[in-house]
Parts: sequence; structure tokens; C-alpha cells
Amino acid sequence: MTALRKPAPAFERTVLVVPSIHCAGCMSKIERGLGARLGVASARVNLSARTVAVEHDASLDAHDLVRALAELGYEAQARRDELAPRLSAARPLLAPLAVAGFAAMNVMLLSVSVWSGAEGSTRDMFHWISAGIGVPAIAFAGRPFFKSAWQAVRHGRTNMDVPISLGVLIATGLSLYETVRHGEHAWFDGALMLLTFLLVGRVLDAMMRDRARTGVDALLSQAAQGAMVVGTDAKLAWIEAPKLAPGMVMRVAAGERLAADGEIVTGASRFDQSLLTGESAPMPLHTGDQALAGTLNLDAPIDVRVSHAGHDTTLAEIARLMEASTQSRSRYVRIADRAARLYAPAVHSLAALTVIGWLLSGASLYQALVTGVAVLIITCPCALGLAVPVAQVVASGSLMRAGIMVKDGSALERLASVDRALLDKTGTLTMGKPLPDPVTLLTLSADEATVAFALASHSRHPLSRALAASLAKRDIAAVPLSDVAERAGEGVFARWHGLEVSLSRPQGGGETMAAALAIEGRPVRLIPFSDRLRPDAVTALAQLRQLGVECSILSGDRPTAVVEIALAIGLTAQANARPAEKQALVARLRASGRKVLMVGDGLNDGPALAAADASMAPGSASDVGLQAADLVFVQDSLLALPRAIRAARRTMAVVRQNFALAIGYNLLAVPLAIAGLVTPLVAAVAMSASSLIVVGNSLRLARAAK
Amino acid sequence: MTILLLLIPAALAIGGFGLAAFFWALRNGQFDDPDGSAARILIEDDE
Repeated sequence: MTALRKPAPAFERTVLVVPSIHCAGCMSKIERGLGARLGVASARVNLSARTVAVEHDASLDAHDLVRALAELGYEAQARRDELAPRLSAARPLLAPLAVAGFAAMNVMLLSVSVWSGAEGSTRDMFHWISAGIGVPAIAFAGRPFFKSAWQAVRHGRTNMDVPISLGVLIATGLSLYETVRHGEHAWFDGALMLLTFLLVGRVLDAMMRDRARTGVDALLSQAAQGAMVVGTDAKLAWIEAPKLAPGMVMRVAAGERLAADGEIVTGASRFDQSLLTGESAPMPLHTGDQALAGTLNLDAPIDVRVSHAGHDTTLAEIARLMEASTQSRSRYVRIADRAARLYAPAVHSLAALTVIGWLLSGASLYQALVTGVAVLIITCPCALGLAVPVAQVVASGSLMRAGIMVKDGSALERLASVDRALLDKTGTLTMGKPLPDPVTLLTLSADEATVAFALASHSRHPLSRALAASLAKRDIAAVPLSDVAERAGEGVFARWHGLEVSLSRPQGGGETMAAALAIEGRPVRLIPFSDRLRPDAVTALAQLRQLGVECSILSGDRPTAVVEIALAIGLTAQANARPAEKQALVARLRASGRKVLMVGDGLNDGPALAAADASMAPGSASDVGLQAADLVFVQDSLLALPRAIRAARRTMAVVRQNFALAIGYNLLAVPLAIAGLVTPLVAAVAMSASSLIVVGNSLRLARAAK
Repeated sequence: MTILLLLIPAALAIGGFGLAAFFWALRNGQFDDPDGSAARILIEDDE
């Protein structure tokens, strides 16, 4: 925002990713803030995708816009082309669903007239109109099924879409033939209704999957997009991250993230490495130390000589680990497809046997074929197609009301079978932030408490904010202070009734985190801070044990810190685990036949979260943790874990009941179809009834998370 | 039965109109940002 700009007529369009947009307030702040900038023609926020599309002239580039957003208080990155958002899974299904629904309703109306006794030329006309609506609609709305079925058949496999496609296509063909021959029955309504029901199931399923975002994209956007590089003539130039090379010297201001790994040449500062290690305390680094890409420089500007850039950084390594893990999980075969493997061959041979049977008993080829089609249609897995998605959608709605978000439908299937849980320490078992010792707070006198509250509320330091938040719960008012001064790295200093008061870093420091409250003429009070266990952690772990899930701690933190927590809750623990080691442990457990649930929050848990059979993250987790996890719980209590597992198991029980209901319906209807007694009316009624029963049974899950 | 000649085209036209409207909405990006559309009504345009 330094150079003078001439207005240029040609506008460019830049899309920026802004992960922290979450409400209408953010949207208007960003759109107005950016819109007021010189050179910006328009800015439009997309809240679903967390992006801002900016139309601007050539005098601005992405780096300027990122800085403008930073001034508004939002961390942003230009979206890289290779990270363009993947297409929504539900969107392409909406148009087929609309067409199928429209056509099914109209054709059904005409069919009702035929069933109620339309004869001769009237019936012919109705059939022709039905064909006119039905054939194009089936061709359009059936495409998702035809495509998937063709894929499966071409590779010599079969899936749920093969019997659907066959049934629909043969029914349509035969109906056309009937219509031409002035026949009595046409099946357009059945075929269209089948497609509509199935598309509803697919859309519900796809909408759930859309909520799951890709972890790897978020991960890569965490690294800075570039750096100020000190040139040979001591001039500074902005160089984009892909063009950084080993040997360059980056100047990193306080509050900036490093764009590459490197060695500190001049300066000393503290770094927030929580993104990489999960360790919440800032790490002091000096000249000669190694600093990593993605870490946040907290205190002072430093110069860093690049040692690894782009795809060689530690951050990129974690991204690769996650990608590999995600692929291994995608091999999971969903229960609906496992059912289809058994179901499809059975249905096909039944239909074929029916045709052969009728031919052998002397029926005409035409009559045999009609009966065969009736079998195919009546066995078309309409209720089966709804059995899984409806149950999962209802259950995840219930979980969402309980503060647990399910990002992927198959997550509930995988979670239900879990028998081993690995829990990260910082931020997962614990709250992940330092909190003041409650016993010490109780021993503070009323004066001390109010002074501490007043001092703490003047500072934005994490310890001060935690202290202010804890004291605010005690219903005390802050006393007025004068001459308030905050000195970076030391504390807050002020005067109260003429006495010097301060809340500062204690003398001597040491291992433990603490703040010293000093009031002139009184002894100094030391308030220790520590990361606390989440409420109900012990109860939650006991419940997990009851559910048959064996738990242990898997942390990247120091052994001493881990042991303390492990003793408090009575679990075995592994400390000092790097991201790759966490992932390896998950893989080892899975190889030995365990179904692993990983619960973690940090970027360092990302690969393990992606590799586990199922994964959960608290709402306070890093972006990567949130993206990689199947389920996210937003309340503080760890009771979300046993609750989610119970709900998942209940869901799978209902899914199995649904399968039993759908198959039971087939057992009743198929003999009728084989005997040639099924008219289109019977088929339509039977199909709707079985679907409604399955939906009704699934609705019982509305209270699954209780 | 002649009433059918009027009713059937009328029913189809009304249904078709709804379908066309849905396709128009789909093409014009009405479904691009459902969360944003929900939040946008809360923004005040007082400037």
C-alpha cells in the first residue's frame, strides 16, 4: 500500500482464502474494508468456502490484498491454482433430482388415471404423454447411476448401481414397447419414482460429505506465501514461497509466519511452534538455531538463512504424510456397497431364473420378459438405497444438536467398530491453554482479587486473559487503576490508591508457568498456571472402557509433562512422538487388527488423524486437525467421545434393521413378482411403503445422542 | 374428457415453469454460498 497508483481500466480477479470468516459481521467488515481500498472494484465473501473474491486493477497484487486483510484483522492467503476447491458432491445431483421429481409427479398423475380405469385411446394418450416426459427424464436423471454402474461393470465388479441401472433401463424399454403396442401396463412411473427416491438418498449422503473439507489444502495454506528477502545490496524484495531457494536470507517481522525452514542468522525471538509440535509454550530461539516453516515469530524481527524451501520443508512433509494416510482410508468399503456385493448377483440370477422358468412352462418370450422385469423392479434396492443415508443423516443431526459435528457419513460406520483409542494430550485431554490454579485464586483476599482482575484486564497476554476470565466468574468488579503501563516480556504495572501494583513475570522464572501479583507493602502472591484436564475426563475414559475401547495417551510433548497427566487419569502414555511416529503407531495397531480411534487437535496429529479408522478433534483444534478429523466436538467436556461412539453403534444397529426390513419386503414381494401377479400399481405401492418404513425406522435415531 | 386437453398441458406448463426456475437458480449461482446467503440478511446496508 505504498506506491502511488493510477486507475487502470482492466480489472483482475484474485481469490483469497480467509479461514477465520465465520459470521455476517466478518462478511460486511471485509467487504466494506476491502471495497474502500484504492484500486479495489469489488469484494465478495463466500462464507461456505471461506473465500473472498476481489476485483481489482493491475496496481494491486495478492500480497497487497493479504496485507489489507491483515490490517482488518484477518489472516488470509491467496488461493493457489493447484488448491482450487474441489467440486461439491451434492451440486451435480441437484439437477437430476429436480428433473426426476418433476417427471415422477407428472407421470404418477397420469398413471393414477390409468389405474382408475382409463381405456382405449385415452389410455394410449396417457401412455404416450408419460413416455414423452419419462424417457428424456430417465435419460437425464439416471446418468449418475448409469455412469457408476458402467464403471463397475467395465472393471468386472458390481455395485448397487448395476441392478438399479438394469432395472430402470429394461423397464423403460419394455414400457416403450408396450406403449407402441397399445398395451395395458407401462412402468415409467415406477422407474422415475425409483430414481427420485434413490437420488434423495444420494443427495443427503453427498451433502454430508461436502461438509468434510480437505485437510491437505488447509495445511499448505498455513505456510507463509512468501518472504521479504535481503538482497546482496541490502535491499528488501518480496519473493513468493515457491521461488525461495536455500541460501537466501529472509527478514521475518514479529507476527509473521516463516515461509521456509532455515537457520537464524541475526536476532533472537520466541516462536509459536504449536502448529508443528502441539507444544503450546513459545520456544525461544537464538542465532544459529533452526526455525521451521509454518511457525509464528512472536517477539522480534529476525533474519533467517533458508535451508529448505517449498516441498522440502517439515510442513510439506506432514502434508505428504496426511495425503498418503487419507488414500489408505479411502479403501474402506461402505456397508451399502458390501450389501450390494451380495444383493446384486442374487437379484440378477433370480430375474434370469424367472424368465427361464416362464419360458420352460410354455409362456411366450414377451410374457416371460415382462415377468422378469417385474422381478427386477420390485427388487430394485429403493429401500436399501435409503437404509444407510437416512439413518446417518438423522443420527448426525442429533449429534450436531449435542455439539458433535459429523463430517462424513461413513465416519459413523467406522466409529461404531472402534475398539482402541489414542488420545493426544495438549488440547485434547487438557484444555490446551494455561489456566490459573483455582486453589490459589480462592486464597486471594478480596482486595488482591479485584486488583489482579483490574491488572489482568489491561493486558492481552495469554496468562492475563486466562486470569481475567477466571476471576470474572467470581462476580467481582475491577477497581480503577491509574498510570497503567504494560511492558512487553515483563508485565502490567499501575498505581492503586497511591500504591504501586503489578502483575508480572516472577523473578527467577523456572520450569513452571506463573504470574506474580505485587501490591506495595504486602507480600508478593505467586499464581501458578498450568494446562488443566478437560472436565469429566475421568468419567469419559471410564465410559469408554465400559464400551470396550482401550485408551492410551500419544503425545508429542515432553515426557515429564505427559507423565503428570497420565498419572492423573490412569492411562499408559507415549511421549515425544513426532507426527510420523504417531502415524506409524496407528498403522501398527491397525495392522494387528485393532480398529483405532485417534483423538487429537494439533497439526502434528494430522497424519495420525487421517490414518486412523476414525478420528475426532475438539473444536479448539488447529485448522488441520479440524479438517482431518471425521467428527468435531465443540463442548469442553470429553464425554463427547463415549456419546459419539454410543450414537454411532446405535446408528449401525438401525442400519442393520433397515436392511432387514428392506430384504423382508423383498421376501414378500418377490414371490408375487415371480408368479406374474405384480402390476405397476402393486409395485408402486410396495416400493413406497417399504421406503416409508425404512425412513420411519431411521427417525427413531433423532435422540441417538442422548 | 375434452377438459383433459386443457388440464394436462396446464399441469405440465406449471410444473415445467417450476423446473425452469430451479435450473435458472442453479445456473445463476444461487446455490454457491448457502451459508453466506443465510448470514447476509443480517448485514445492515445503512451507508
